[in-house]
Amino acid sequence: MAKLVYDKTGRLLFTREMKKEYTILIPMMAPIHFNLIKNVFLYQGYRVELLTNHGPNVVQEGLKYVHNDTCYPALLVIGQMMDALHSGKYDLDRTALLISQTGGGCRASNYIHLLRKALKKAGLEKIPVVSINLSGMEHNSGFKLTIPMVRKMIAGLVYGDELMLLSNQIRPYEVTQGQADALIETWTQRLTVQFNSGRGFGLKQIEANLDLIARDFAAIPIRKTPKVKVGVVGEIYVKYASLGNNNLEAFLAGQDCEVMVPGLMGFMLFKVDNRLEDIKLYGGSKAKFKVVSIFMDYLTRMETLFIRAVERYPQFLAPSSYAHIKELARGVIGYGCKMGEGWLLTAEMLELAENGYGNIVCTQPFGCLPNHIVGKGMIRKIKSLYPDSNIVPIDYDPSATRVNQENRIKLMLSVAREQLAEASAVSKETERETVTV
Amino acid sequence: MRIGLDIGSTTIKCVVLGEAGEILFRSYQRHFSQITQKTRELLEEIRQKLPQCLRARLAISGSAGMGLADSCGIPFVQEVYATRIAAKKLIPQGDVIIELGGEDAKILFLSGGMEVRMNGSCAGGTGAFIDQMATLLDITPDEMNDLAGQHEKIYTIASRCGVFAKSDIQPLLNQGARKSDVAASIFYAVVNQTVAGLAQGRRIQGNVVYLGGPLTFLPQLRASFDHTLGVTGLCPENSLYYVALGAAFCADEEVSLEEAVQRLADYHSADQYAFMPPLFRDRAEYEAFAARHARDSVARRDPETYRGNAYIGIDAGSTTIKTAVIDEEGAVLCSRYQPNSGNPVPHIREFLSDFYEKYPHIHIASSTVTGYGEEMAKNAFGVDHGIVETVAHFTAARRFRPDVDFIIDIGGQDIKCFKIRNGAIDNIFLNEACSSGCGSFLQTFANALGYSIADFAALGLFADRPVDLGSRCTVFMNSSVKQAQKDGASIENISAGLSISVVKNALYKVIRATSADQLGQNIVVQGGTFLNDAVLRAFEQEIGADAVRPDIAGLMGAYGAALYARDHVPQKSSLLDAQALKSFSHEVKAVSCGLCSNNCQLTVNLFDGGRRYLSGNRCERPITKKASDNHLNIYQYKLEQLRQYQPVPGPRGQIGIPMGLNMFELLPFWHTFFTRLGFEVVTSPFSNRELYLQGQSTIPSDTVCFPAKLMHGHIQSLIDRGVETIFYPCLSYNVDEGLGDNHYNCPVVAYYPEVISANMEMGRSLLITDYLGIHRPKDLPGHLHEVLSRHLGEIPLKEIKNAVEAAYNEYHAYFGRVRAQGEKIIEEARRDGKPIIVLAGRPYHVDPEINHGIDKLIAGFGVAVISEDVVSDRVKKFPTHVLNQWTYHSRLYAAARYLATQPDMNLVQLVSFGCGVDAITTDEVREILESEGKIYTQIKIDEITNLGAVKIRLRSLFAATGRE
Repeated sequence: MAKLVYDKTGRLLFTREMKKEYTILIPMMAPIHFNLIKNVFLYQGYRVELLTNHGPNVVQEGLKYVHNDTCYPALLVIGQMMDALHSGKYDLDRTALLISQTGGGCRASNYIHLLRKALKKAGLEKIPVVSINLSGMEHNSGFKLTIPMVRKMIAGLVYGDELMLLSNQIRPYEVTQGQADALIETWTQRLTVQFNSGRGFGLKQIEANLDLIARDFAAIPIRKTPKVKVGVVGEIYVKYASLGNNNLEAFLAGQDCEVMVPGLMGFMLFKVDNRLEDIKLYGGSKAKFKVVSIFMDYLTRMETLFIRAVERYPQFLAPSSYAHIKELARGVIGYGCKMGEGWLLTAEMLELAENGYGNIVCTQPFGCLPNHIVGKGMIRKIKSLYPDSNIVPIDYDPSATRVNQENRIKLMLSVAREQLAEASAVSKETERETVTV
Repeated sequence: MRIGLDIGSTTIKCVVLGEAGEILFRSYQRHFSQITQKTRELLEEIRQKLPQCLRARLAISGSAGMGLADSCGIPFVQEVYATRIAAKKLIPQGDVIIELGGEDAKILFLSGGMEVRMNGSCAGGTGAFIDQMATLLDITPDEMNDLAGQHEKIYTIASRCGVFAKSDIQPLLNQGARKSDVAASIFYAVVNQTVAGLAQGRRIQGNVVYLGGPLTFLPQLRASFDHTLGVTGLCPENSLYYVALGAAFCADEEVSLEEAVQRLADYHSADQYAFMPPLFRDRAEYEAFAARHARDSVARRDPETYRGNAYIGIDAGSTTIKTAVIDEEGAVLCSRYQPNSGNPVPHIREFLSDFYEKYPHIHIASSTVTGYGEEMAKNAFGVDHGIVETVAHFTAARRFRPDVDFIIDIGGQDIKCFKIRNGAIDNIFLNEACSSGCGSFLQTFANALGYSIADFAALGLFADRPVDLGSRCTVFMNSSVKQAQKDGASIENISAGLSISVVKNALYKVIRATSADQLGQNIVVQGGTFLNDAVLRAFEQEIGADAVRPDIAGLMGAYGAALYARDHVPQKSSLLDAQALKSFSHEVKAVSCGLCSNNCQLTVNLFDGGRRYLSGNRCERPITKKASDNHLNIYQYKLEQLRQYQPVPGPRGQIGIPMGLNMFELLPFWHTFFTRLGFEVVTSPFSNRELYLQGQSTIPSDTVCFPAKLMHGHIQSLIDRGVETIFYPCLSYNVDEGLGDNHYNCPVVAYYPEVISANMEMGRSLLITDYLGIHRPKDLPGHLHEVLSRHLGEIPLKEIKNAVEAAYNEYHAYFGRVRAQGEKIIEEARRDGKPIIVLAGRPYHVDPEINHGIDKLIAGFGVAVISEDVVSDRVKKFPTHVLNQWTYHSRLYAAARYLATQPDMNLVQLVSFGCGVDAITTDEVREILESEGKIYTQIKIDEITNLGAVKIRLRSLFAATGRE
C-alpha cells in the first residue's frame, strides 16, 4: 500500500506509487465530453473511473457534508463522491478523487477545499484529492498534466462539442428515433479505440474525424418540422449535468423542442482569454502574454477546424466563433467581467438570440454570485437588443422542486409557441403571396 | 361548451363557457390537496347541473394541475399564459396585470413589449403568506383586511420572503404594536415583495388589473398596491377565474365528459417520489418508544394543599406564552401553555389573576421572565428577573439530566441548540432568519390541510413511506410538498416527511452536525414541537441515538425561569400582587422618535401607575434623552471619518460616488484622487429605507445580497441630484494586503456596476464603470488616464500620476487612523476591564441601514467594539483550509486567528443574507476560533430591522463568557 505523504501545509499528496495502485474517481458533468476525456487519463496509465451514481442519496450526502448555503454544484459534486465512497464499491485505501479548480474569484475555486473538509468530516482524510487546473496550483508527484495530455483533452472537448451540437440539431427531427444517440455511442467507441492506441489527437486526424462525424450525422434521415428552439446557458455544472438541472434537456425534448447548448470549447477559450484580458486591462508580463497567446491561438485553430467541418453541411447551423461571440458582448458587458462564466454567459445568450434560439433557459445554482451579474442582471439589456428574446432564469437547489422549475419553463415555452405560430403564419402568408406573384 | 380548470396550490377554480362565451357555471373552492378527487367531483357536478352537455373542450391549468393533466391526457395550459389569453380577450385595454395566487406572484406587462413574469423560487408565497400572517395574528384574512383599513402607521417589514417578514412581525406584536397597523404593514410588505421581485426595472403604470384570490378578497391589499404604484387599479368581474377562463379559451380538444371522469377515476398517480424509511416499523416499536419517554416526567404537587413560597417562571415566546409555578423543591404546582395571539400582556395578566384568586394561600416569593416578551413583562407586571432564553433552557434541562451536554429546542419560530461544556453554555446555534418557523410551519401546514398540529403530526407516526422533503427553508418545503402531492404521496407520508424535515433543518442547517457524536452524549430535547412523537422519533432516528424529552418539553423555558426565580429570591418581590393587578391598565401608542436621522418607529406601552415600556428603538436615546456614548465603537468612528470627505468645488465639474459596497473603504482613495484633479466629489447620502425604496424597482435579481440592492438607491439619488458624472468602476481585484493567496473582490462587489449600467435609466448622468486595477499602483495612472480622457476629455497624465499617489497615501492614512483608533479603544477597554467584541464583516457593514445598529447595540452592553481590519494586520499569512483569495475575507481569517489568542476578545461575524462567499468563510472562521476554544457567533442580516433575535444571540454569548 502506498505511503501517505504530505506537503508542508499538511496537504495529502498523490504520489507516483499511488498512480500505480489507486483508482481515481472523477465526478460527472457533461457525459459526452467526459466519456471521451477519461480515455486520455487511461492512456496515460491512470486508473480513472467516471462516476455515474445519482439519485436522492447524492443530494443527501452533499447536504450532510457540505455547508448548505454553498452553491449547489459543490453540493452535488461532493455528494456524488461521498456517495461513491460510502457505496462499498471501492477500496478506500486505494481510491483518490479528482476535481477541477478554476482559480477565479468565484466560489467554485474552493470546491477542492470543501471536498477536503467533507472528507475530514467523514473521517476519510486518507483519501488524496487531486486538483486538475491550468494555473499551476497544487502539485502532485503522481499526477502531472503534461502538454500532450492537455492537447488530447482539448481534442476530446472538440469532439464532444461536435457530437453534442450535431445530435441536438438532429435528434428532434429524426425519422427513426434513436439514431443520433446511437451515433454518439458509435463515435465515442471509435474515438476511444483511437485514443487508446495514441491516435485521434493530431491536427490532421482531428480534422478528418470532425469531418467524418459531421458526415455521419448529415446522413441521418430527418423530417424538418417547425419546432420551438430553446437555448440553454448557465453556470457550467448545472448547464451540462443532468444531475444538476433535473434532466432539463430530456424535459425540453419531451416538450417537443430543439435544444441548443453552447459547447465547452467556448468556456475553455474564455478562461484562457481572461489571462490576456487581465494583462490588457491592468498591465502585466509581456512574456506571459505571449505564452498564453500561443495557447489561445492553438485553441482557436481547433475551434476553426470544428466550425469548418460543420459548415460543410448546410443542413447544420455551425457554431459561432469565440471571436464573434466576444464581439457580441462589446458594449453590453465588459471583458473584465470574468468570474464564473463571466461575460461569456451574456454573450452566449446574445449569440443564441442572434441565431434564432432566443427562447433561453438561463440555469444557475440558487444564489450563484456571478449569475446575479451576467445572467439575471443582463436580461433587461438583452431584451432591449433582441426584443423577441424570451429568457427564463431558473434556480437549481437541493429543494427547489421540479414542479416549480418546469412550470416556469412551460411559461417560457407558451410564449415561444405563440411566437412560433405567428412566425409560421407569417411565412405561410409570404408563401401564398409568392405563389400569387 | 368549453371547460377550464385551474388547479392551484390551495384552491381549484372551474368555469364552463357556453358557445357564445357566456359563463354557464363557475366554482372556487379549497382542494385540501385532494386534487384528483375534487376534480372528479367538479366534473360530476357539471354533468349534473348541465345535463345537456355531453361533450366539451377541456383544458387544465395551474401549478398543481400539471401532473394530473399529463397523466390523464388532458391538455395543459401554463397558468400565466392562460391569464394572458383571458386578459387579451376580456380586458384588452389593460397594460399591466398583477396576479397573486396561493403561492405565486405574477406580473404581466401587456402593452409596450409583452413580458410575463413569475416569482422565483425564493420569493415565497403570497396568498399562503397572508394566511400565515393571519394565523400569527390569530384572525382571518378578512378580519385582517378590515383591521388594515383602520391603520395609523406602517411598519417596515422585510419583503423578501414570508419567513423574514414573520420575524419582523412577531416582535412588533410582542412589543404591543397595534394589530391594525401590523395588518396594513403586512399588505405593504406584499406590495414591496411583488414590486421588488417582479418589476425588474420596468415601471408599472397605465391600466393596472388585479387578479387572483388575495387581490379579489382583500380590498385593502388592492388599496396598498394603488397607493404604492400611484395608480387606480381595476379588479374585474371574475377576477378569480382568469386562469380558468384562459384555459377554457385555449381548450381545443373535445372530450366526452363521461370519459374525462372515467380517466380521472382510473388515474393513479405515478406513486413515485423520494421517500425515507418509516418512523416506526410497527405499533410495538412505538409503544416501547412511548414507554421510554414516559419516564422523563417532572414532579407535580397539588396547589390546593400546598402552603408556602412559590416561584413563577414566564416564557413569553414568539408564538406561545408559557407559565410555570413551582414549589421549593422544583415540583410544578401549576402551568399553562397557550398561543399568545400576538400580545402576551393579557395572557400574563389572566394567568396571574386566576392564580391569585384560586390559590390565595400561596405566596409568590420571586418571579422571572424570559423570551421575546421579557422587557414588556418586566415593565408591565414588575417581574423580578429577566434572563435570556438559553440560560432558562439550560437551567431546566439540568433538572432532567444533570450531566446534559447538548440541548436542542425547537419552538414555534426558533431553533435553539447549545452545547454545554464545564457547566456553562459553550456553543450556541440559533437558526438564521431563513430557516426559522419550524413549529409554526408545521402548524400552518396542518391548518391548511384541515388538521390540528397534534393530529397532523400523529398521522405520520405509522406512515409507510415518508416523503423526502429536503432540509431547506419553509418556503421551499411548501413547493416540495406540492410536488409530493402531485406524485401521489398520502397525507400520512407528507406529515411524516415534514416532521423529518424539521429535524433535518435543525441538524444540517442550524447545527451542521454530521453525527450524533458531534452533538454530545446526553441530549435533552425540548420545545413544543418535540411534543409531537413523530418529530422526536425523527430526531432520534436521524442522530441514531436516544434523547431525553421531558414531559414538559413545551414548558422548559418557563420551568427554567421558575427555577432561576427560586434560586434568586429578592427581599420583596416586585411582581404586581392581586390588589395591583385589579387596577392594571395597558394602552399602546405609536410615535416616531425623531431624535436622530434613524427616525425609529416607536411603540409606547403605557401601564397604570405611570409604568411605561418603549420598543422599536435602536438606541437608548429616546429613553435617556441623551445621545449614546459611542467612543468605544470603531463603527461610529469609521462613519465619522467617512463624513470628513466633503465636496470641494473644483474647475473640472462634479463626480458622484455612490456610498455602497466597496466605496465604504475606497472613498478616501477616490475622493482624494478626484479632488486633487479638481473635481468636486459628491457622495450619495448614507443609506436609509427611503433611499432603498427609490431604487427597488430596478433590482434584477431578488436573491442578491441587501448591500448590493441598496446600490440602486444610491445611484438613483445621484441621478436625482443631477450629478453629471457618476464614477463606479468594476474592480475584479482589490488591494493586496498580503494575507491570502490572491486578492479578489467577490463577484458582486467586483461587477455590480455592470448590473447598474444594464438596469438603471441614467437620465442625463454619465456612468463610468470601466475596469480598473487598483492592485497595480504602477499601471493604474496610465490606465486611468486612458479611461478618464475617453469619458471626460484629456487630463494630463502627470496630474493623474500625482493624484493617484495622493490617493494611495490617503487610503493608507485612512487605515492608519482606523487602526490607531482601534488600538486606543482596545487600550481603554483593557484599562477599564471591559470585554472587546470584534464585530467582523465587510467594509460596507459600517452602513447603519445594513448593520441595523448592531454595533450600537453591542456597545450598549458596555462592551468595546472594533472591526476585523483593526487587528487583521497583526498576524502573518497562515495556511487555511479554504482557498484564501478574497481581500475582505482574508481579513476575517487573520482577525479570527489573532483574537483567538486574546482572552478578552470575542468575535461576532456579520453575514449578509445571500452572501455566497460567507458560506465558505463562516465555517473557516468558526474552525479557527474553536480550535482555540473560542465561541463563534454569527449574525445574519438582511432588510430585517428588528433586533430581538440579535439580542438573544449576544446575550447568550455574554452569558457563555460570564458577562451576564
